[in-house]
Parts: sequence; structure tokens; C-alpha cells
Amino acid sequence: MDIFRLPRKDVITLALFSIVVLTMPIWLAPLGAAYPGLMQQFAIFAIFAVGFNILFGLTGYLSFGHAAFLGVGSYTAVWSFKLLTMDAIPALIFAIIMSGVFALAIGFVSLRRSGIYFSILTLAFAQMSYNLAYSVLTPITNGETALQLTSQDPRIIDMMFRDRLAGLPSPSLLGTSLGGYGGFYLCAAILLVVFFIAQKIFTSPFGMQLRAIKSNQTRMSYTGFNTRPYTLAAFVISGMYAGLAGGLLAVTDPLAGAERMQWTASGEVVLMTILGGVGTLLGPVIGAWLIKYMENIFSAFNARILADLFSWLPDGVQDGVVLVSSKFVGEGWKLTEGLVFVLVVVFLPGGIMEGTRRIKSLFGARRANRSASKEQLSTTAAE
Amino acid sequence: MDAILAQLLNGLDKGAAYALIALGLTLVFGTLGVVNFAHGALFMLGAFCAVAFRQFITTETVTIDETQLSPWGTPLEVRTPMAEQWFGDWAPFLIDYSVPISIVLAIPFMLLVGIAMERGLIKHFYKRSHAEQILVTFGLAIVLQELVKTFFGPNPWPQPIPSDFRGAADVGAWFGMQAGAVTYPLWRLVYLLFAGVILGAVFAFLRFTTFGMVVRAGMADRETVGLLGINIDRRFTIMFGIAAVVAGLAGVMYTPLLPPNYNLGMDFLVLSFVVVVVGGMGSLPGAVAAGFLLGILQSFASMTQIKALIPGIDQIIIYFVAVVILLVRPRGLLGRRGVMEG
Repeated sequence: MDIFRLPRKDVITLALFSIVVLTMPIWLAPLGAAYPGLMQQFAIFAIFAVGFNILFGLTGYLSFGHAAFLGVGSYTAVWSFKLLTMDAIPALIFAIIMSGVFALAIGFVSLRRSGIYFSILTLAFAQMSYNLAYSVLTPITNGETALQLTSQDPRIIDMMFRDRLAGLPSPSLLGTSLGGYGGFYLCAAILLVVFFIAQKIFTSPFGMQLRAIKSNQTRMSYTGFNTRPYTLAAFVISGMYAGLAGGLLAVTDPLAGAERMQWTASGEVVLMTILGGVGTLLGPVIGAWLIKYMENIFSAFNARILADLFSWLPDGVQDGVVLVSSKFVGEGWKLTEGLVFVLVVVFLPGGIMEGTRRIKSLFGARRANRSASKEQLSTTAAE
Repeated sequence: MDAILAQLLNGLDKGAAYALIALGLTLVFGTLGVVNFAHGALFMLGAFCAVAFRQFITTETVTIDETQLSPWGTPLEVRTPMAEQWFGDWAPFLIDYSVPISIVLAIPFMLLVGIAMERGLIKHFYKRSHAEQILVTFGLAIVLQELVKTFFGPNPWPQPIPSDFRGAADVGAWFGMQAGAVTYPLWRLVYLLFAGVILGAVFAFLRFTTFGMVVRAGMADRETVGLLGINIDRRFTIMFGIAAVVAGLAGVMYTPLLPPNYNLGMDFLVLSFVVVVVGGMGSLPGAVAAGFLLGILQSFASMTQIKALIPGIDQIIIYFVAVVILLVRPRGLLGRRGVMEG
């Protein structure tokens, strides 16, 4: 099967990545993050960021409206639960299709312009969707209360096979319930699949063309190459990734609110991608994990935990340190996020991936000095 | 007719705020070539200058007066606001007029913040891509608003309108209509005039002073101006400071209209970016014109008759106009040829 073939290096990356993702419940336990709700978020936002990176990392088009597709995916999935069946598969398929259609329409218009105008256009479309979801489209989106399941939903397909039970049903996968770890493993498996697809895109001629568009679009057009279909394809693919992530959010928690589409949510995926490393495969995943970890763990910190943490310091110093650091955790974790982000953009534009590469090449250079090995070559191509 | 006049006025004051922020954004873009996503945060900082000033002068010190008794027999607690200790008889006036007076505080503060921001961070991003500029200023905006949140908390801070400007002006009567046909809150009228003064001052400064002339020359051709032995970078830094002051003052005077919270900047930023793009990147008159235009369009779109015609139009009109303008007129309304077309 040719379509499943990957370069050797990528196969190793994929294998290691699979191990890391699937053993999350084990290695996250000491970090205090090994509960299904958070790990689902890790997987879902990794999907979102990987998809965003296919657009931003490869073509260089900075979209500030990707959260709209996430929101569309969520709404579609919840509607699929409400109208058809509680099974996750149709919900996800519809979510991908719907967000793909949206991405096609928005991308078709937005991609007429590039640079900051593209960012503003996508932002404008996302804000339009957000505002509409809050106001006029209330029959579809349920406005501020968020779209939820009710016990009176039609659920046509489910009703054909069994009777209406009391209470709210929960999403399932081919009959197995998706509570707890089930939901996580579904998200993790999907993450692995879409990561593989992203790898394929990165190594394919299509990915190469996208990179060429990023490095010099004018030259591409001069060589008689129509760039629009390629950027549009990248936009739609990344929109579908976002829709899939939105669908999964709905699968793990069948509730869809408009705030998911707000532009701050779009900004968050940009942060994740930049923090991890634009244009790399693993970077956005790491960025998404870090930000979600910070969001959930730092925001739960309080003065007492900090006091414990710094108890080894002398008394007076400890109070000072606790006072200062308490401003950066708990309620103020977003301050930390902003600071980290500014520092990364200033000092490490390639994100964490570039940081590791620099460290690697530092060691690589030393080794190369000793044995003149070809270590450097392999580290520079560590994408 | 009177409905149209009312909507026009409604749109003007919102448009004035957009125009002021967009003017600053355009100044920064035109001089330094930097896309500043932190500009909304400057607007918010200005608003919090007013909040901080009021909090300061109304801070009360409690002294227990043994000679007097409160109605329930305990020694009377005398509360004196900070202003009274410092300014005596002026205190009531000071507290009443805290919002406009805090302008005095906001000008040096915003100038300092602006210059510190430019020298400390944005200076390093001239040569980087617009995407990176957006990213770093976006991060900075998050930091600024979170800082404000740690000091002032997440809730909005309502600020009072000075008592002389409460109530409404009978605008309809000025235009020869019957009394009471079109009334308009007085403070909004003040805001409109204030915005007009600021806009006029900035344009006059650029137009009629030598400093302004050099800045305009630098906007047109930075390199040549530099070759003539003029330290254009320093002037651009000062322009950044001025842009920050304009945004800050817009924020100060807007506080009675909309209680500021830490998120205020982000809400206005997105809109003012749209305004800048509609007006044409780098065009100052364009930014002002588009600000007022979009403000007015928005207020017309929120008329019930129009909403009945096209439901939801009030929510999306600005973005919709932006999309249309960007697609049919790539430079925006008044954009110069060759600036950021693409």
C-alpha cells in the first residue's frame, strides 16, 4: 500500500509519538494531569493545532479565525446527536464535512488577499459567525445558553432500535460508552490518525508546493503555477481538522457554546502553534499540551500550594516569593501565558522545537568536533 | 428625519472612539511600519488611568472623633477622602470631575508607556515579518490586560459623568425641529467634541509644525530623511508615544459611556483594525473617515426597521463592509497606492 508508506525517519517519529500519546495516563500521573477530561483536551487541541499548522506552518497564511471552524464542528456534532444518533462516528463525519464546507466558502473569499489582509478577513468572518451565533442564529445555536442535549430530542436512528430511556443519553462509539478513558482513547486514536495524515502532507509534493508558496509566492506564480487551489486546499484541510477537533469536544462533552468561536479562541491556537514551533510536525502538539497543561494546572494553584512549594526558603523570602508568584498562577495564569509567549516570539521564533534543535546542534557540534560525524546534518533536518 | 438624525448622532460617538483608536494604529503603522495588536490595550490602559485616579482621590482615611457620637451612641467615625486632605474645598469638584481631570494624569503616563513599549520591545521587530509583529504585540496585549486584571480585578468599573454634563441635550431643537424630537446624552456630545479636538490637534501637529513635517517626510521616505542627517527613529518613537496618548485619552473619556474592565481593549481592537483596513493601511484621513463611517453604519443597522428587513445585520455590518471593501478595493477607501497591497 503506497499511500501508507512514509520515510523511515517519519515512521520512527510516528511510532514514538504513538507510544507517548497512548501512555499518557502513565507518564502524566506524576505531573498531576492524568485524568481523562484533561487528557482528552490534550488530544483534541493537539488535533486543532496540527491542523492549524498545515495552513500557517506550510503556507505562511496567518488565520485569526480558525476557532469558527471549531465552533461549527461542535454545533454540527451536537445536532447530529440531537437529530440522528448518539454514536460518535456520524457526528464526527458531519462535523468534518460541515466545517469543510464553511472553510471552503470562507477560504475562497479570504485567500484572494494575503498577509495582514488575510488575517483581518478571517478574523472578520470568525467574528461574524460568533456574533450571529449569539444573536440571530439562536434557533440553531441556542445562543448564550449553549446548545445542549435534551431528553425530548428526536434521535431518529436511535429511536428505531430502542426505546427512549429516562435521563440524558451520553455519546457512544458503536454501542460502547465514551465516558472516562474511553473518550480519551478515541481522541488519542484520532490524533494518531490525523498526525499520520499531516506527516503524509508534509512529505508529499503537495506539502512541498505549499512550502514553496510560503517562501516565495510571486516566483511560484511566475513559473506558471496557480497557487490559489493549493492554498485553498490547505485552508480547507486545516478547517476540517478544526471541525474534527470541535466535533470531538462535543463528543467528550455534548455541549456547544458560541464562546468557542470567539477570536480569543482563535488566538489561542496561534499561541499553541508558535509556542511549539511553526512549520514542524511535533511543535504544535507540544505547544497545545503545554498551554492546556498550564491552563488547567497553573490555574488550580493557590497561595497554599505555593507556600508548600517554596517552604524550603527562609521565612521572609518565602512570603515575598509566594506573593509575587501567586500573581502568575491561579487567576493570573494567563499573565504567565502572555509573558512566555512574548519571550518565545522575541527570543525563539521557531518555538520549543527550535530550542531543542539548538541544544541538539550544540551537542552535535561538540561531537562533530571530536569525530567529524554527520550528526549535524541529521539534527538540522529534525522535523 | 428625526430618527435619521438620532441614529447619525448615535453613530458619531461610537465612530469617534473608533476613529481615535484607528488614528493611533495608523500613525504607528505609517511611521514605524508595525502592526500593533496591543493598541487596544493602550485604550484600556487609558480608561484605567481614570479609574485609578478616582480610586486614589476617593480613598478614605478614617479617624475616630471622640467628641461626636453617631446615632447609635458610638464615637463618630469621620471619613475623609484623600482629595479633601490634599485639596480642601476643591475636593467635591475634583471628585465630580474625576474623569476629565484624569486626562492630566493620563497624558504623561500614556506617553511613558508608549515610549517604553516602543523602545523596549517593538523596536526589535521592525525588520521582522508582519505576522511576527502581530504575534508579539498580541502577546503584549495579553500581558497588559492581565496586569490590569491583577490590580483591578475582572469586574467593570463604572465611572460617573460630571454632574454638569448629565442629562440630555435637545439636539432636535437646534436644527429647528420641535423640542424633544431628538435628544442626545450630553456626555456623548462632549465626547464627540473632545474627539474632534484631538483629531484636529494631531492633524495640525503633523501639518503645521516642523516636527510634523519631518515625520510626514519620514513616512514617505524614511531612508532619505535619515540620509539628510535627521534622527528619524527618535521622532518615530515620539510618534508612537503620541499614538499611545491618543488611544489613552480616547479611553479616559469613554469610561462614563462604558464601564471599563480589563477586556475592553480586545473588544475595541478587533473593530479598530477593521476600521484601519477599511480606511486604507497608512492613511490617516482614511482611518478617521472609516471610523465615523463604520460607527454610523453600525448605528443605522441597529434601527428596528432595518433589523426587521435583514435580521442580524447590526451584528455583522462592520465585518461585512470590511470584507466587501477588502475584496473590491484592495487599498481600502483612501489608502495610498503601493502601501500594503497584496
